[in-house]
Amino acid sequence: MSDVLLEADNVSVTFDIQRPGAWPWTPPDKLQAVKQASIQLESGKTLGLVGESGSGKSTLARAIVGTVPISSGTVLWRGQDWSAASPAERRNHGRHVQMVFQDPLAALNPRMNVGEIVAEPLITHFPDLPKAKVREKVGAMMERVGLLPTLVNRYPHEFSGGQCQRIGIARALITEPELVICDEPVSALDVSVQAQVVNLLKGLQRDMGLTLMFIAHDLSVVRHISDRIAVMYLGRIVEIADAAEVIGNPCHPYTRALIASVPIPSPKAERARHRPVLQGELPSPLAPPSGCVFRTRCPIARDSCAAQVPEFELISGDHRVACPYHAEAGLARAE
Amino acid sequence: MFATKAAADNLAAAQPVKGRSLWADARARFLRNKAAVAGLIVLFLVTLFALLGPLIAPWNNEDIDWNVLGNVAEAGRPSLETGHWFGTDALGRDLFARTVQGTQISLMVGIVGALISVIVGTLYGAVAGYFGGRADAVMMRAVDVLMSIPYMFVLILLLVVFGRSMLMLFIGIGLVSWLDMARIARGQTLSLRSKEYVEAAIATGVKPFTIILRHIVPNLLGVVIVYATLLVPSMIIYESFISFLGLGVQEPLTSWGALINDGAAEMNNGTYWMLGFPLFFFVITLFGFFFVGDGLRDALDPKDR
Repeated sequence: MSDVLLEADNVSVTFDIQRPGAWPWTPPDKLQAVKQASIQLESGKTLGLVGESGSGKSTLARAIVGTVPISSGTVLWRGQDWSAASPAERRNHGRHVQMVFQDPLAALNPRMNVGEIVAEPLITHFPDLPKAKVREKVGAMMERVGLLPTLVNRYPHEFSGGQCQRIGIARALITEPELVICDEPVSALDVSVQAQVVNLLKGLQRDMGLTLMFIAHDLSVVRHISDRIAVMYLGRIVEIADAAEVIGNPCHPYTRALIASVPIPSPKAERARHRPVLQGELPSPLAPPSGCVFRTRCPIARDSCAAQVPEFELISGDHRVACPYHAEAGLARAE
Repeated sequence: MFATKAAADNLAAAQPVKGRSLWADARARFLRNKAAVAGLIVLFLVTLFALLGPLIAPWNNEDIDWNVLGNVAEAGRPSLETGHWFGTDALGRDLFARTVQGTQISLMVGIVGALISVIVGTLYGAVAGYFGGRADAVMMRAVDVLMSIPYMFVLILLLVVFGRSMLMLFIGIGLVSWLDMARIARGQTLSLRSKEYVEAAIATGVKPFTIILRHIVPNLLGVVIVYATLLVPSMIIYESFISFLGLGVQEPLTSWGALINDGAAEMNNGTYWMLGFPLFFFVITLFGFFFVGDGLRDALDPKDR
């Protein structure tokens, strides 16, 4: 394994949920948004994180950035524990880790013009930089993301969704960070714009040597950009492997279902395909099922699944799966 | 092909385009609202009256015109010949000069009260809402406690105990005026805090107070300005009420409330101008502020966009 930039080790995130109508002193319910997730981000590579809504992808990303407190586990940045850092250290660290958000318009302050928005990280971390230099850098970065630098005085509401996302990317990259966390950066955009933004991110990654963490619920987008893919379900990582391995040889029944749900852009092939559709809803994270959390919707679930939490097994190379019956899952599909 | 290339070059070489900020949009919408613009013009004229009145008034507000004394109902009528354009009050003082002075004081009370409320209330509410949790609970309970005190009683007590002065009046009005604003600002901040641009700023490492000033407050201002324009008239009404009770500004200073009080006392003597002129300015100013407030609300309402 090459140079590890950031490592999340057994990270859990718990939220306190006050039951509606409860007394102020009643202890709040605990919602485990992320449970013992471990991931490694290799320098210059892209980790894709997939899972349906509510699976804890965004929470894990925010725990890594530090906007959501970690309840247990550690985040190591270049081998140094980052979870115990002081707020001031954390703020300085913001230079190296930046985020791109899901809703492109909501991520931009409507009262600031584009130049101010893109310059904000720069003037935060380099307050002594002369104004002319800031303007020059902002212009260069806007050009780099495919926007005319003459648009610096415009306001976010004057742009389309794709353009807003480019502005968001420009803001994230202006301090030349090492790690950029993209929280569903394309899911609010339509398909043709999605491709542009994903290709832009890939190009920027190549040029600037960025490490990316790319969150999406759409496997086809993640497959296109990722080197490794982690699959999350109800706050747990259930499978992690190289991108080709996850797509070509998915082992967890949930991963299989996700892959099966990717539409094929050909009506004929789409009709001919056997498609194991997942039944039911995501269980409430306030009361997750015992044992394996996926058992309530799993096509190959059995009694023993309720009894014990499946181990996160290493099955080959660096392919890990949290399902003891992953071999049978493959058989089930073959039938 | 050539044409598009040239056009593209043109575009690229062009100077930065001036964007239309949300403020500019709101201004355009405000200026389309006729009632609001009329209100603004009225307020502008009233302010001019307050500022320039002393220069053109033939009489001083303290001087007593001995010629009219004893026959105010006849000789003290509004007339151009005597120079008492608005007539005189019961003591023979020129009502024009006194109305000018009352306007100055009432506007000052209203604007100072609203300013205190905007500055203190907005910052207090934004800080409480942004930090949330325990800080929020403590800060807002303090506001609740202050609100539960009958402010008019406190104001009267302040004026009685520490003597009646303009300073005490400002302190008293300042003490209560920011409470509502703090609640409004805090409520808005709670919803702004979860916006992604605030999160982006936090993730970037912007300091909390910078976030409040750069991201929260500018987005609060729309609501705050609307509320402030409605607050100015209510401050004027408070002051008028206090002066009406005889506790507000002291002679020889005066305010709309004091003038209206004096005028109302003389109503039986047939000297209606003593009530009419101050009341006229009082009413058009309040209407002006209300129309401007309404116009601002419509102009700044995000749902209208």
